[in-house]
Amino acid sequence: MIGVFSYLIFFATTASILAIAVLGLNLQWGNTGLFNGGVVAFFGAGAYGTLILGGTAQAGHLGGFGLFYPLALLGGMAAAGLMAWVVGLLTLRLRHDYLAIATFGVAVAFENLMRNAEWLAGGAKGVRGFERPLRAALGDGFIYNLFFFVVVLLILIATYMFLERLVASPFGRLLRAIREDEEAARSLGKNPARIRLMAFVTGSVILGLAGGLYGTFYAFVSPQDVLPTLTFQIWAMLIVGGAGNNRGAIFGAFLIWGAWTLSGWALSRFAPVDVQLYTGSVQFILIGSVIVGMLMWRPQGFLPERLVVSQRGKPQQTQQGE
Amino acid sequence: MIQHLLDGVLTGSYLSLGAIGLTLVMHILRFANFSHAELLSLGAYIALVCDALVSGLTPFLAVKLAPLSLTGSLIIAILISMVLTGLSALLIDRLIFKRVREKGQELSMVFASFGMALIIRNVIGLIFGLSPALYSRDIAFAVILSRDPLILVKPDQVFVLIAALALMFILHLILSRTTFGYSLRAVAENPSLAQVNGVNLQRTIMAVWLIGGGLAAVAGVFYGISHQLIPVMGRDLVLPIFAATIVGGIGSVYGAVLGGFIVGIAGNMALVVLPSGYTPSVPFLLILLVLMIRPHGLFGEARA
Repeated sequence: MIGVFSYLIFFATTASILAIAVLGLNLQWGNTGLFNGGVVAFFGAGAYGTLILGGTAQAGHLGGFGLFYPLALLGGMAAAGLMAWVVGLLTLRLRHDYLAIATFGVAVAFENLMRNAEWLAGGAKGVRGFERPLRAALGDGFIYNLFFFVVVLLILIATYMFLERLVASPFGRLLRAIREDEEAARSLGKNPARIRLMAFVTGSVILGLAGGLYGTFYAFVSPQDVLPTLTFQIWAMLIVGGAGNNRGAIFGAFLIWGAWTLSGWALSRFAPVDVQLYTGSVQFILIGSVIVGMLMWRPQGFLPERLVVSQRGKPQQTQQGE
Repeated sequence: MIQHLLDGVLTGSYLSLGAIGLTLVMHILRFANFSHAELLSLGAYIALVCDALVSGLTPFLAVKLAPLSLTGSLIIAILISMVLTGLSALLIDRLIFKRVREKGQELSMVFASFGMALIIRNVIGLIFGLSPALYSRDIAFAVILSRDPLILVKPDQVFVLIAALALMFILHLILSRTTFGYSLRAVAENPSLAQVNGVNLQRTIMAVWLIGGGLAAVAGVFYGISHQLIPVMGRDLVLPIFAATIVGGIGSVYGAVLGGFIVGIAGNMALVVLPSGYTPSVPFLLILLVLMIRPHGLFGEARA
C-alpha cells in the first residue's frame, strides 16, 4: 500500500512540475499568442542553471558555487529569462514565423551545446554533485518525497495565483488586446513589441522555474532531459487542457502525463518483446495525433478560455469561448 | 579547406531544393511548416520502394550508369516519387491543414505541422525499421581531384549538384516565363487582388504543394545518395532548411537557393574551427546572425 502511495506521490510531483511549465507556456501562447517552439530549452536552462549554481565542486566542468538553494533556483530562472530576452529581442518585431523557427533553433542548439561542451556542464554525462536541499534533515526516503511534493504543490498554487491576477490585471488585458488586434493596440499608444517581450520573458522564467524543480527532484540533469519530446508533451498538455485557461493548463498537464505514463506502461507490459524497440515511435504517433486531432475537432481545448467582458457601471458578465 | 567548401556546395544542392518548397508554402499559406522536412524523408523512402519495384520488373534498368552508383531504375523511381510525394503533400493539406486553417488561427497551423511531423516520422520508422537503409550497397569510390591538398569527389555528388541546378533552372523558367508563374507570384503578393484578376486560389495552392512536394522528394533522395536513409532524417534537416529560407528571405525562391548553399557551405566550413559535434548548431547561429544584420533575409521584404 505504501508502495502505491509513494508512486502516486512521485507521479503527482512530476505532473505538478510539468503543470508549472504548462502555465508558463500558457502565458506565452494562450494569453499573448506567442509560439514557443523551444519550450525544452528554457526548461533546461532552469534545470542546468539551478544545478550548476547550487551544486558542489566538480572536476572538469563548471559548478561548485554551492549557493543557498533558493538563490540557485532564482539563478536558474534568471538563466531561462536571459535566453528568452535575447531570442525575443531579435525576433518579436518580425512576423511570428520567425519566433517559431528561432525558438525551435534555440532548443536544438541548447541540447547540442549541453551534449558537447564538457567544460560547461559535463557533456553527455550530465551535471553531477548536486545535493537536494534539506536532505541532511529529512533523509532520502518517503518523508523527503512527501515534503518535496508539498513544496512543488505550493509553488504550483502560487504560480497559478500569480498568473490569474496577472491576466485579470490591465496588463493581462493588454496581452489579449495585442493577441487579437495588434494594429488596434498600437493605435491606442501601446508598444506591442515591448509588451510581447515582457510576456515572453515572464513565461520563460516560469518554464525555468519548472526546470529548476525538475532538476532538483532528480538531483541530476543530462542532455537526455532536454530532448524535443518534452516540448511536444507540454504543448499537448496546453492544447488539450485549453489554451488561455490556467485551470485548463493544469488539468491538461495531469491528464496528458497520466496518459503518457499509462501508455508507456501498457506498451512495455503487453506489447511483444520484438516490438518493444518501437514503443517510443508508437508513443510519438499518439502524441502527434492528440495535437492534430484536438486542433481539428476542438481547438479551444477541454476547458476553453473564458473571456470576461467588463463594462463600466454594470456587473461583470462572463461568456464562453471566442 | 577547399574540400570543406566543395562538400558544402554539395550539401547546399539538396538543402536548396528542400528550401524552395518550404519558402513557397510559407509565403503563400503563411505558416512555418515544420513537417516539410518529413516530405524529404517520405520522398526518399518512396523512391527506395519504387527503385526495388522498377528494378524487379525491368532488370535491364538495374544496371549502374558508370561511373555513378546510380541505376536507371533509381532515376525512374525518383520521377515516380516526385509525383507521389507531391500528391501526399496535397493529401495532407486536404485532410489536415485545410481543416485546421478553417477552424483556428495561423499559429494553430504551426502546432499542427509539428504534430504531423511526429506522425509521419514515426510511421516511417514503424514501416521501415529504425536502422539506416541505402540505395546501393556498393561502395562509391571517390575520384581524387588533387593530392596536395587532398580533394576527393564522388561522381554521384557531381550528378546530384548538376541535377539540382538543372531543376532550379527549370523552375526559374516556369516562374518567370509562364502565366502560371505570374499567377503564383500574384497570389504571394496579394491573394485577394490576384483572385479579382481571375487567378484560381485553390488551384494555385494545390500547385504549390505539388511543386514543394516534388522538389522535397528529389532533395530527400539526393540526401539519401550522399549519406544514408534514416527515418529521423527529417529531424536533422528541418533546421537547416528553415535557416536557408530565413537567410534567403521568406518567400523568395532565389533566396532559398542561395540560402541553401550558404547554409551548406557554412555547416561544412564550421568544421575548420569547431569540433564536428557542434555542426547541428550552425544553422541556428546563421539564423541569429541574419536576424541581427538583415532581419528580412537577402531577398525578403517586410510583411506583416
